[in-house]
Amino acid sequence: MDNKLKEQVLRSSQVNVLKCMRCGKCSGTCPSYDEMEYHPHQFVYMVEKGDIEKLMNSKSIYKCLTCFACVDRCPRDVQPAKIVEAVRLAAIRQQGNNHLIPDQIPSMLDEELPQQAIVTAFRKYTK
Amino acid sequence: MTFSYYPGCTLKTKAKVLDKYARASAEALGITLEEPADWQCCGGAYTTSADEIATKLSAVRTLNSAKELGRDLITVCSACHNVIKQTNYDISNNEDMAMKVNNYLKLDEPYNGETKVYHYLEMLRDVVGFDTLREKVVNPLKGKKIAAYYGCLLLRPSKALAMDDPENPTIMEDFIRALGAEPVIYSQRNECCGGYITMEDKAQASKRSNAVMDSAKDKGADMVITACPLCMYNLKTNSDVDLPVVYFTELLAEALGVKEQEEA
Repeated sequence: MDNKLKEQVLRSSQVNVLKCMRCGKCSGTCPSYDEMEYHPHQFVYMVEKGDIEKLMNSKSIYKCLTCFACVDRCPRDVQPAKIVEAVRLAAIRQQGNNHLIPDQIPSMLDEELPQQAIVTAFRKYTK
Repeated sequence: MTFSYYPGCTLKTKAKVLDKYARASAEALGITLEEPADWQCCGGAYTTSADEIATKLSAVRTLNSAKELGRDLITVCSACHNVIKQTNYDISNNEDMAMKVNNYLKLDEPYNGETKVYHYLEMLRDVVGFDTLREKVVNPLKGKKIAAYYGCLLLRPSKALAMDDPENPTIMEDFIRALGAEPVIYSQRNECCGGYITMEDKAQASKRSNAVMDSAKDKGADMVITACPLCMYNLKTNSDVDLPVVYFTELLAEALGVKEQEEA
């Protein structure tokens, strides 16, 4: 358990994880559920427990599509996507821990890929 | 009426069609769109974290430039709309963030969320009015069954975007009716297409895009319309469903009779 990391995630996300009543609606509505090792409701209770490093090292943090379905559909206004974002930032802010580097981009391009995809991926994956 | 008009990066490149027909249709409706000279890319995705300041600055610069001109701001791309509206909401409701942003930007006068932001569809609904739009249609799209694809960025988070009911939206369906066509309601209309995940996980993007397109096709749609270049890309290239996807502005230009003159 790492209290400093937990504090950072809570401060950065501004989420009150204690509001969660474990209904699981966030995970039920998540379009990335099948691709995630840890699901949105697990992010919320693992942050509550201070289990941040497991989340930081999981590919799950790069699977959130930022569609805000979990934010809008949570009956307790917990806003799980903000937790996922704060954990991802804690990971990619570390030196040498960017999830995407510019040299990778040319191999990902095709004729139709909009610029929007590239700038969004950079914003989500890179510091 | 004159608005500041924010095209964003993709409307200048891969989504020129979305931009071109937005401008032509606005002109036909008596709306003047003025693009600020010095806009910057919005970043594509809003960074929700409160300790992220630099990633919010380009949106604030856009908002402030409209404020200085005394104009409301129009966006078209769903992502720009989402980033700019979330930025505006947070700067209006989070004093600490507003202070840090203003300390950073050192504007002549601090920006605290004064600018009103309309998505182009909201401008059609709230400024022009769908009844007036219906009267200006010269080429009604009769008999066409059209599925409106909202995706995620137009509606959520609904507190900040305040565009429509996030679970039962009507703005795009009302738009389709105003053009003389018939809207198709389908379950996936406000679920995500996969977005930028197509960069590193095509399979996931395909799964999402096929779910959306299957759902629209099952309900009998002849075509799908979107406001988002990335939704357009995913639904077209990452789905196997044979159903045309077009930008809502292209449909609008067609109904207003300005599409051909743009192409000529």
